Amino acid sequence: MTKKIVAGLLLSTALMSTGALAQDVTLTIESWRNDDLSIWQDQIIPAFEAANPGIKVQFTPSAPAEYNAVLNSKLDAGTAGDLITCRPFDASLALYDGGKLADLSDLAAMVNFSDVAKSAWQTDDGAHTFCVPMASVIHGFIYNKNAFAELGIEVPTTEAEFFAALDKIKEDGTYIPMAMGTNDQWEAATMGYNNIGPNYWKGEDGRLALIKGEASLTDEAWVAPYRQLAKWGAYLGDGYEAQTYPDSQNLFTLGRAAIYPAGSWEISGFNAQADFEMGAFNPPVANAGDECYISDHTDIAIGLNAASPNAEAARTFLNWVGSAEFASLYANALPGFFSLNSAPVAMQDPLAQEIVSWRDKCHSTIRSTYQILSRGTPNLETETWNASVNVIKGTETPEAAGARLQEGLASWYEPQK
Amino acid sequence: MATRSRTHVVVFLAPAVLVYTAVMIWPLFNTLRLALYTAGEEGRVFVGLANFATLFGDPRWSGAFWNALGNNFWFFFIHMLVQNPIGIVLAAILSHPRLRFAALYRSAIFIPTILSFVIVGFAWKLILSPIWGIAPSMLDAVGLKSLFAPWLGREGSALTTLALISVWQFVGIPMMLIYAALLSIPEEILEAGEIDGITGWAAFWRIKLPLILPSIGIISILTFVGNFNAFDLIYAAQGALAGPDFSTDILGTFLYRTFFGFQLQLGDPHMGSAIATAMFAIILAGVCVYLFAIQTRMRRYQF
Repeated sequence: MTKKIVAGLLLSTALMSTGALAQDVTLTIESWRNDDLSIWQDQIIPAFEAANPGIKVQFTPSAPAEYNAVLNSKLDAGTAGDLITCRPFDASLALYDGGKLADLSDLAAMVNFSDVAKSAWQTDDGAHTFCVPMASVIHGFIYNKNAFAELGIEVPTTEAEFFAALDKIKEDGTYIPMAMGTNDQWEAATMGYNNIGPNYWKGEDGRLALIKGEASLTDEAWVAPYRQLAKWGAYLGDGYEAQTYPDSQNLFTLGRAAIYPAGSWEISGFNAQADFEMGAFNPPVANAGDECYISDHTDIAIGLNAASPNAEAARTFLNWVGSAEFASLYANALPGFFSLNSAPVAMQDPLAQEIVSWRDKCHSTIRSTYQILSRGTPNLETETWNASVNVIKGTETPEAAGARLQEGLASWYEPQK
Repeated sequence: MATRSRTHVVVFLAPAVLVYTAVMIWPLFNTLRLALYTAGEEGRVFVGLANFATLFGDPRWSGAFWNALGNNFWFFFIHMLVQNPIGIVLAAILSHPRLRFAALYRSAIFIPTILSFVIVGFAWKLILSPIWGIAPSMLDAVGLKSLFAPWLGREGSALTTLALISVWQFVGIPMMLIYAALLSIPEEILEAGEIDGITGWAAFWRIKLPLILPSIGIISILTFVGNFNAFDLIYAAQGALAGPDFSTDILGTFLYRTFFGFQLQLGDPHMGSAIATAMFAIILAGVCVYLFAIQTRMRRYQF
């Protein structure tokens, strides 16, 4: 009896859904952002469906750690959704090269994005773009406003001011000057080297010169950030050698540390945890009035499954993702994930506003090691983690670190040989 | 009689042989085979021993390999030096007939062995954390705060610290095995010794220890195989990059990083298999040394 009812129910749902299909096109999105499920279902998709009757959208995320493997097997089996959320650089490039992602170079909305924004989802020569950029994360420093007020410290804009501020905090002793540990290694490279580095290697100019082989990691521009990192060690908390990433986050949000070398993705978490007011400043420049550069790292995009039967509807959706309306929806739902759209986006969160305002006064670049340079063995990204940690701990000199990295890169990367 | 059919032998052996071949022998030889290939333009290309030439010839690869192997030997050395003697002493104490609450001590010491590596790694990381850990505050309470250092974060001490954590976790295994061996020594032999005036520690050194030597040999080889296959604790405590500066990198973590890739580094199953093959050869050599050089001689002590 129950079996019959269940069968009947199943049958009727099946019939109903085929009925719906007959009228509407349903697009399915593959994604690793399962944290964002409710944002997509409650805010983003209803907004799109209201504007585009006849197209239904389903957001079907999988676990971040499994996403690449799950997606690859779905694409091979021909069961993947119509829209594919793209990881930056080589993971997505491999999908495009394998014919799994469609070329979107001619998509109308692509004009809304700068070359830097698109660089993570283009062929090496920049001729073909295969994903619509969604968001980036920006690096800088988040600070405890109460601590700064208490100690009478102004927000530093130059390196001299930055170290003077650190000295003052250290001397006072109430706060740990800077919350960062070297245990997990990536913090030192991502929040350290690639945070302060763009000011030295002049952002995109230096990064592209390195890819073309015109610059070398032993150049002053690439060694100088290590020289600054070497000075950081003295301002990190006791036992920073064994301090992990969550330790650093907790030290800062508990109000025990004054400055946190940050990525903008921290904003929502910090807003929830910290009960003091926070501010942010971009990486200080060498001399007052110097041009500033920030790491504005392209992190997430969305592309079209080349085998999708609903390509027309999917392109409509992608054009909408490239619009100012989507940019505003997404950036406000997820403060810290900044829209890559050229159109200015009004955000409510003050910390996010502060950080995104750097785009107006500074030049944006992406993390130096992500494009092309980490394809070989030894892997430049991993080596950079290791070198940044060594330099902070003083077990390797900045010059030796630069020389070692250059030697490793030159061992497999043709333009650097 | 001589012509009697032996087919039943084959039939009875078949299930075990088939299952063992499918889940152990075939994957093992396939891994060895994989080490002879590399990824080419169009799929897999046979390259002979080129992967091994890279592993031992390229200074970068060989540097990482010898570093991992050296760390592995240190890891093993600490276990042999600390874990097994402590295990023997604990077993000797536990087997003392007048010891009270022996069962309680035995369980308490054995319990860490059944804990997951992830729990052990995480718990010790917290205990030793310079920020929230109880180790610094406990040392502070007895006025020895100056002795505390972020051990897991320093190149010089991280590996030894991890080896000692592993000793803490696994000391119950040699203790149990030796304890069982000690219990199996016949009372008559000990009584005969007592008549000749050999009692207490002398009885342990001159009667019990020679009789448990085969068990100690087994424990040593188990420790060797376990340590050279180790991976979990290092991975749980320090991550796949085995920091700081690869000072805790052992063959297992080196293999993992190479085979499965790490962060932006894509995995290389062929080089990974070459490392796995090298690990297999090292463990095989160690076990052979034990079987042919040590165990054959040990039999003389048995009655």
